[in-house]
Amino acid sequence: MIERERAVSIYRTMVRIRKFEFRALKLFEENKLRGSVHLYIGEEAVAATVCSRLTDEDYIASTHRGHGHCIAKGARMDLAMAELMGKATGYCKGRSGSMHIADFTQGNLGANAIVGGGIPIAVGAALSAKMQKQDRVAVSFFGDGASNEGTFHESLNLAGVWKLPILFVCENNGYGISVPTWESTSVEDISVRAAGYNMPGETVDGNDVEAIDAAVERAIARARAGEGATLIECKTYRWMGHWTGDPQTYRTREEVESWKRRDPIKRWREKLLAQGICTEAELDEIDRAADDEVEAATQFALNSPNPDPAHVLDDVFYEGGDEA
Amino acid sequence: MSIKTYAMAVRDTIAAEMRRDERVFIMGEDIETIGSIFGCTRDLTKEFGRERAFNTPISEAGFIGAGLGAACTGMRPIVELMYMDFSFVAMDQLLNQVAKTRYIFGGRAKIPLVIRGQQGIGRGNAATHSQSVETIFMHFPGLKVACPSTGRDAAGLLRTAIRDDNPVMVFEHKALYSTKCDVPDDPEFMLPFGKADIKRSGTDVTIVANLLYVGRALEAAEALAAQGISAEVIDPMTLVPFDKRTVIESVKKTGRLVVVHEAHRTAGWGAEVAAMVTEEAFRYLDAPPLRLGAAACPLPFNVDLENAATPQVADIVAAARAVCYR
Repeated sequence: MIERERAVSIYRTMVRIRKFEFRALKLFEENKLRGSVHLYIGEEAVAATVCSRLTDEDYIASTHRGHGHCIAKGARMDLAMAELMGKATGYCKGRSGSMHIADFTQGNLGANAIVGGGIPIAVGAALSAKMQKQDRVAVSFFGDGASNEGTFHESLNLAGVWKLPILFVCENNGYGISVPTWESTSVEDISVRAAGYNMPGETVDGNDVEAIDAAVERAIARARAGEGATLIECKTYRWMGHWTGDPQTYRTREEVESWKRRDPIKRWREKLLAQGICTEAELDEIDRAADDEVEAATQFALNSPNPDPAHVLDDVFYEGGDEA
Repeated sequence: MSIKTYAMAVRDTIAAEMRRDERVFIMGEDIETIGSIFGCTRDLTKEFGRERAFNTPISEAGFIGAGLGAACTGMRPIVELMYMDFSFVAMDQLLNQVAKTRYIFGGRAKIPLVIRGQQGIGRGNAATHSQSVETIFMHFPGLKVACPSTGRDAAGLLRTAIRDDNPVMVFEHKALYSTKCDVPDDPEFMLPFGKADIKRSGTDVTIVANLLYVGRALEAAEALAAQGISAEVIDPMTLVPFDKRTVIESVKKTGRLVVVHEAHRTAGWGAEVAAMVTEEAFRYLDAPPLRLGAAACPLPFNVDLENAATPQVADIVAAARAVCYR
């Protein structure tokens, strides 16, 4: 069993992500958010568990469905919510919205709106850590769809030949928008693609915290020992549509309901209770605190100013001087 | 000063910068034993080891993205593309990632990344290995674009690029690599970005050209001088940032503009310069600006065809005469 402090923290992170996401959805429905919002609801165990084993020094590169990774890597919810609303106080000064949240100070090299776009960037961070002889690992999060992009294959090959300290974490949620993974992908388990790049690959239940954690523990040990990269496929499911306007005509209500019964948060909560790690009251308190945090973040974002259009041309290039 | 080839000016500048700053490293295809196909990395691996001068797989999107990731995390990578035409297989990494990272992350990233390599005609490399592609990278904001036309300029601009905290693409030219000139030995020799170089002063017509066409424009200027036309030849040095002021001041003096480049004429960077001058110095113009560039066909293999598809010195002379109504 995972040590108590981390076990509780994984629960807290999952709850915080889910509550953040449901609020983002509500705000979108109220027309307070615009653009595309890709919700991570149902997949929280992956980000929360993987990032629970990382330090602020370690790197992640994320995806268009990136809110969960950002929060799990330590992003502030208020700055993230402000960015979703395009506010001046947001992580990216309102320039990015949902899909490009980054915080380099915490090793978050950014969500990435291009499928597969962030994978080589994570490879570069791992290369950099290795060249600077730092004890850092990089984690590249991506989806099943990205495993059919050239950058996935190029990145695994680079990490393979250079023996880089990196984890390739594939969140296989079963669909690329409307197309089921089995229809678009030549293998049933994406993890078998690791063999082509001479690295270990394993498939785990992406809704099972302990299964993910065990795989990540092995992969990080391997990375920190200088033995190279690992591919971990986490099979999970997105409860919501690909985006907030998705008609979801490509799947049945029964299928969605069956996955909701495998809710990673509920499962982990029950485990914590069954093992006597937490009491109901303690977990309820975590839930309540997350509600408060989301509410405060939402109010912060709603009350924040929009960016000044006079600054639209700022930061295309670094011009010297102090960083923003 | 030392007399050296353009290729060795590139090599020596990279070596000097790697000596100066241990965060600088170079990677690309065939960097190590053969010193890249034009010799621009010769002996770098010998001096700096495979840790800092190393081969990549043939995997442009992968290693350009890796360059970005390394640049965001404390290194100062130089990524060599064997042919700048190969940038097309890494376009997402270049235009969606490298160019946009700083801006979309709210200015909270520095990207000290150099992507350099050669391009252009002159070696019979045909359609996919002879293109001039710099205009594309001028169009999308977020990348600086340098185009050295001599070994001296290559040394000065490349050093500036390596020390810049922004992504810079340096377009070298395969047909210039063997040209020789005096190159400063000073390890601090830098040429500023956004400062055009007036390669020849004149009073009757302004010719703006880059890379191989600077030399051809100078040849044309010589021929024009014999015909009593004084041509001013301006090399913008960098397309991003672009030194508008030098070009406009020149046109105010001459009243006439010819832009010539090897990039395709259609929507080539010369069109931007012609439009900019028309907008900002219209009342000084005595003739409509003329643009010369590669024809609207893929660059053909046969040398006669290649010449037919690209501006020749005689074309530059004719264009200059035309704007002078001669």
